[in-house]
Amino acid sequence: MKIIVLLKRVPDTEARILINQEGTGIREDDIKFVINPYDEYAIEEGLRLKEKVGGDSKVTVVCIGSEESAELIRTALAMGADDAVHVCDPALKKPGPFTSGAILAKVLQDEGFDIVFCGKQAIDDDMAQVQAITAEILDIPQVNVAVVFEISDDHSSAVLNRRIEGGDERVETKLPVIISCEKGLNEPRYASLPGIMKAKKKEIRKKTLADLGFDSAPGGGRSEILKWFPLPKGGECKMVEAEEIKDAAAELVKLLREEAKVL
Amino acid sequence: MRYPLTEEERMIQSTSREFARKDLAAVAVENNEQGVYSEEIYKKLGELGFMGMTVPEKYGGVGLSNFCLILALEEISKVCASTAVAMSVHNSLVNWAILEYGSDFLKDRYLPGLASAEMIGAYALTEPAAGSDVSALRLTAERKGDEYVLNGTKIFISTGDKAQVIAVFGRTDQENRNRGISAFIVEPDYPGFSVGKIEHKMGLRASTTVELVFEDCRVPASNLLGEEGMGMQIALAVLDGGRVGIAAQSVGIAQAALDEAVTFARERKQFGKRIIDFQAIKLKISEIAMAIEASRLLMYRAAKLKDAGENMTKEAAMAKLFASRTANQASYDSMQIHGGVGYTTEFKVERLFRDARAMEIYEGTSEIQHLVISKKVVEEYERMLPE
Repeated sequence: MKIIVLLKRVPDTEARILINQEGTGIREDDIKFVINPYDEYAIEEGLRLKEKVGGDSKVTVVCIGSEESAELIRTALAMGADDAVHVCDPALKKPGPFTSGAILAKVLQDEGFDIVFCGKQAIDDDMAQVQAITAEILDIPQVNVAVVFEISDDHSSAVLNRRIEGGDERVETKLPVIISCEKGLNEPRYASLPGIMKAKKKEIRKKTLADLGFDSAPGGGRSEILKWFPLPKGGECKMVEAEEIKDAAAELVKLLREEAKVL
Repeated sequence: MRYPLTEEERMIQSTSREFARKDLAAVAVENNEQGVYSEEIYKKLGELGFMGMTVPEKYGGVGLSNFCLILALEEISKVCASTAVAMSVHNSLVNWAILEYGSDFLKDRYLPGLASAEMIGAYALTEPAAGSDVSALRLTAERKGDEYVLNGTKIFISTGDKAQVIAVFGRTDQENRNRGISAFIVEPDYPGFSVGKIEHKMGLRASTTVELVFEDCRVPASNLLGEEGMGMQIALAVLDGGRVGIAAQSVGIAQAALDEAVTFARERKQFGKRIIDFQAIKLKISEIAMAIEASRLLMYRAAKLKDAGENMTKEAAMAKLFASRTANQASYDSMQIHGGVGYTTEFKVERLFRDARAMEIYEGTSEIQHLVISKKVVEEYERMLPE
C-alpha cells in the first residue's frame, strides 16, 4: 500500500508571533519552527497503517517549503517514514492554497498513492483548504477532521469518525482518499535515536517547479494577502474594591460613565 | 543559547526535550515528592535509544557521540535531575567502562541488555573510608579458582538496588596501594550480594542511593574488567566522562532555574511594576544567564575532547566544578526572585535548589575538582618553565 503524508513547517505553537515591519509576514528570527502539530497525527496514522497492512507498504512524506523544511522532513523520516519529496523552489515564497493544491496534486499523481494523510489545518494561517483543493483537483474523496480511522480487511475502503460540533460522524469512504487528521486520532511517536540515525540514509527527493513540469507557480491569483497586522492590545483590567457591595457597584457605574464612557 | 549544532544533534536535542516535557514532566513532581524510582521511565528511555547512546550499533546501541549524550542529559535534567542520575551513570560510567575495558565476552554479555535498558547499570566505587581517594578502598577481591570472592561494603551507590549490572571496584593486592585495585562486573543474583541501607536524601529523590554488601560474594573470573590491577586507572578514566555528565545535569538544573525565574519575574508585580524591571532582579538574571552559557561551553568542550579520544581530565573537572556551582547559584537566586512562594514545594525551584546541592558533592566534590584542576595546571607550567 502506498501511503502519503503531507507535512508543513510552521512556527512553534509556543513561539511569540510578531509581524514584520512591512506587514508582509512574520518575523522569523529567533523563533523555532516545528512540524505542523496536526501533521504529526497524520504521520503517526500513516506509520500505523503501514505497520498494520505490512507487505511492501511504504510511507512517503511530501512537503512544500523552504530549504529549512528539510530538517523537519528528516524528523518525519526519523519517526519511521520511508522517503520524502521536498518541493522547494525560490518562486514559491508563500504559496496560497490553490498553488499548494495544484503542486500537491501533481506530486501525488507522479508518485501514485492509495491513501493520503494530512493535518486538518496548518496552525500558521489556519486556512484548512489545501487538502480540499487537492482532493478536488484529483477528483477523489476527502474526509476531514478524522478522529478514528479503520481500514477495511481488503484495503479498498475505510471507516472513519469525523469530529463535528457536539459529537462524531461515522463515514465510510473508498480508497484512494485524502484524510485530514484531528487531535485525538492517535498519540504521535517520538523520533527515536536509532530512527534519527536511520533517517540520515533515507532519500529526500528535491523537486523544483520545473521538475514537476510547471513554468511558474500554478493555480494562484484567486486571492491575495494584502497586509498582516497584529491584534490590538487588550486594555488594562481595573479591579473595583469596596467594603460594601453597593459601594463597589456605585464606583463601577461611575467608572463606566466617566472613564470608559460606555454608559 | 546560540551554538552551531548539526541537524542530527538538533534532532536528538529535540526528541530529548519532547520526551522530557511530555512523558517525564507527567510523573516528575510526584516521583520526586514520594521518592519513587520509575522503572517505566527508564524502559521508555531504553526504547528511544537513550540508554545506549554511545554504545555501537553492533551491540544494540545507537553509536552516537558523548556530545550527543550530554545534549540529551541536559534536556532530561531540566525536567527531572533524578532521572538523569541513573541515565548518566548507566551511559557514561557503566556502558563506557565495559566498552572501553571489557573483554569481548563482557561486551556481548552485557552491552545489548544495557543499551536496551533491559538491564540497568550501577557503579560501585565509594566506601565508608574511600571516596575520592580511590587508593584507600578496602573491599577485598580474592582469587579462588575461576572465581573472585568479594568481601566488603560500598556506600552511596546510585541505583544500586535497581541495577542488574554493577561495576564494583575491589582490592586484589593488599601491598600495592594504587595497582592493587581491580574492577568487576557483578550481577545482583550472585551469592553473597545484598542491598543494605537505603539513604534518605535531601534531593534527587526520584533516584535511589544505597549501600551494597558483599559477603563472600562469588564473581566469575571472566567478569574481571580489564586486567587485574587496572582498577584505579579504569576508575579515574571513567570518572572523567562521568563528570561531564554531572556538568550536563547541572546545566539542566541551572537552565530550569533561570526559566522559572524569568517566567515568575515577568508576572509578579510590586510597587506597580513587574519585578523583572527592577535592577536588582536584572543583575541576577544576567549573571545566571552568563554563567549557564559559560558552563555549557565548558561542558561542550570536554565532551568534544572525549569524542576526539583526547585526555580531558582537566576540562571535565572544570566543566563539573563551574557548572555545579552555577546550578547552585542559579537555583539560589531563582528562589530569591520567587520570594516566599519559591520556598514552598508548590514551585519547581524548591526541588531545583535541593537537587543542585548534590552536584557539588558527588562524582568528586568541588574541593576535589580544585585539586584535579590545579594539579593539571601546575603540570602544564612545569613542562614549560625551566627547573
